[in-house]
Amino acid sequence: MIVRGNETVLVQGITGKQGTFWSTRMRDYGTRIIGGVNPKKAGTMHLDVPIFASAREAAAEARPDVSVLFIPPLATKAAVLDAIAAGIRKIVVLAEHVPVHDVMYFLAAAREAGAQVIGPNTVGVVTPGECFVGFMPAFNEQVFRPGGVGVISRSGSLGTLICLNIVQAGLGISAFIGIGGDPVVGTTTRDALATLEADERTRAVALVGEIGGTMEEEASDYAATMTKPVAAFIAGAASPPNKKMGHAGAIVTGSMGSYASKKAALERAGITVAPTPSGIAAALAGA
Amino acid sequence: MNFEEHAAKALLAAAGLAVPRGALAATAEEAASIAEGLGPSVVKAQVPTGKRGKAGGIALAATPREAEAAARRILGMEIGPYRVSRVLVEEQVPIRQEYYAAVLNDARSRGPMILFSSEGGMDIEEIAARHPEKLSRITLDIREEPDEARLAAALPALAAVDTASIAAFLARLYSAYRANDAELLEVNPLALTEDGRLIALDGKFTLDDSAIARQSALAEQGAEERLTALERRAKALHLKYVELDGDVGILANGAGLTMATMDVVRHYGGRPANFLEIGGEAYTLGREALGLVLDDPKVKSLLVNFCGAFARTDVMTEGIVEAWRALEPRLPVFFTIHGTGEREAIAMVRERLGIEPFDIMDDAVKAAIEAAK
Repeated sequence: MIVRGNETVLVQGITGKQGTFWSTRMRDYGTRIIGGVNPKKAGTMHLDVPIFASAREAAAEARPDVSVLFIPPLATKAAVLDAIAAGIRKIVVLAEHVPVHDVMYFLAAAREAGAQVIGPNTVGVVTPGECFVGFMPAFNEQVFRPGGVGVISRSGSLGTLICLNIVQAGLGISAFIGIGGDPVVGTTTRDALATLEADERTRAVALVGEIGGTMEEEASDYAATMTKPVAAFIAGAASPPNKKMGHAGAIVTGSMGSYASKKAALERAGITVAPTPSGIAAALAGA
Repeated sequence: MNFEEHAAKALLAAAGLAVPRGALAATAEEAASIAEGLGPSVVKAQVPTGKRGKAGGIALAATPREAEAAARRILGMEIGPYRVSRVLVEEQVPIRQEYYAAVLNDARSRGPMILFSSEGGMDIEEIAARHPEKLSRITLDIREEPDEARLAAALPALAAVDTASIAAFLARLYSAYRANDAELLEVNPLALTEDGRLIALDGKFTLDDSAIARQSALAEQGAEERLTALERRAKALHLKYVELDGDVGILANGAGLTMATMDVVRHYGGRPANFLEIGGEAYTLGREALGLVLDDPKVKSLLVNFCGAFARTDVMTEGIVEAWRALEPRLPVFFTIHGTGEREAIAMVRERLGIEPFDIMDDAVKAAIEAAK
């Protein structure tokens, strides 16, 4: 789920306000945008790239490696299924508030087709110095200087801050993977750790988690086997308990999901859990 | 979004599942007249929380007079944060066995999961701890209708009823879960009656908040959240705000950064006064957000922490700076701003408020805590 500068990118929803704003910035930074999708404007040009009626139609011309969706939440399911049917293997879903039943539906389809979904409710991915896909301030040198730390984050704003702290500490970023803040996501903490463990530019990993769900706990067994150092910050130690948690949800999570549970699981795996975001950079100094 | 029992049961009934006969009552007299037509009845407080039984919110009544007395006692009762304003009066059902059944969104398998246990009536954590061997967990592919034969094969052996009828019940429960964008749809207990029928004695439904936009009619049946006056105002503005008991006001963008800001305040010995994020779609609401924090009398200092990715810090900061100049609050304020639009944002704070933003978040936090003392 790292996107490289040579990979081609399709933007579903490129003609909207956000699609236009961020596609311009992505391209300025080096992302190879080869087209966009908007059924109502098929056949026209926007930002100097061709607009197609669907991802399938775009793929008939030249199959993109990646698709990124600037699509409203209730239209997201159809757009992801379109990207899967087009044979696109990396699909970045930015929208927040996509109904969870829709998410589970397109993730099942993606799994069957061998496509990797990042998100939903993600800010996307950044490969500093090469390209970015989504809406991160990759172009801000204070936040994204190229280097050796891979960053995994459920949150865009906090992930941005962690990158900034890492750069302020004199280090740099190899890849930023925004896995998204939704309860059900296509790329998990564990998936992202495995990607960074295998990535030759990454020498150390910063893991930015949050209370809720069990992704950090589920990743901890894998994290214990990693050869690269990992430092984590888990947001939510001072948050009141989550009132939304239903009883039947609690059975799947058991006592897991709290700050204490995540901290304990990660520390058992040999990971430093910093008490403040700035502690991550300190823990990784020298990496 | 949570629903009260009667609303959950309406969904079950619409899916063709049996529920006890009964109706809602807002007064003791109404409860008596409903009980008239039912024979022996049960009077149940309608609040969107568990532990109603332990709180005394559920009572059996042999006669309409007893139902009236029970309703008089239960109406107005406080259960957790809720005051009971309605009771559900239902027929008593002769129970042979109590089971547990639910369908929920399972994050681990990234699909729906059906849960069934031949031990019901207690909460699911207790069932899982005490009778793990009697609990079936069945994961499904949401793109397909559940196969009843497969469901039946996955169930524990049951002495009192054939697994095919349970599987048929679960398939209907699943269709109600799908049709209503449920995060959780639970029947506990599911009663097997003396004459062999399956009846949902209780029902719990949680609607996926992200699906409210396409389930607007259903969402109108949802239980009202318990909110403070400020929280209600924030909700009307579509701002995510939680009032806390500390004195350092927090204004940040994005759930992760806002939680982390609270954590850092706590880490350095301060007490956060609120969670308030203005990221995502609300990133232009700086002015409204500031008004909320200023109207909390507990707030002694304000920390503004923006780290822009999607949200542009210049847009958010402009809202705050404008509101600050309009309201002229006598509150110490500390800014730390990074990311998209930071150059413009920092210049704005410097030039229009004469305040120097902090380069490092921790320093801004420490200053805000000190100023609140």
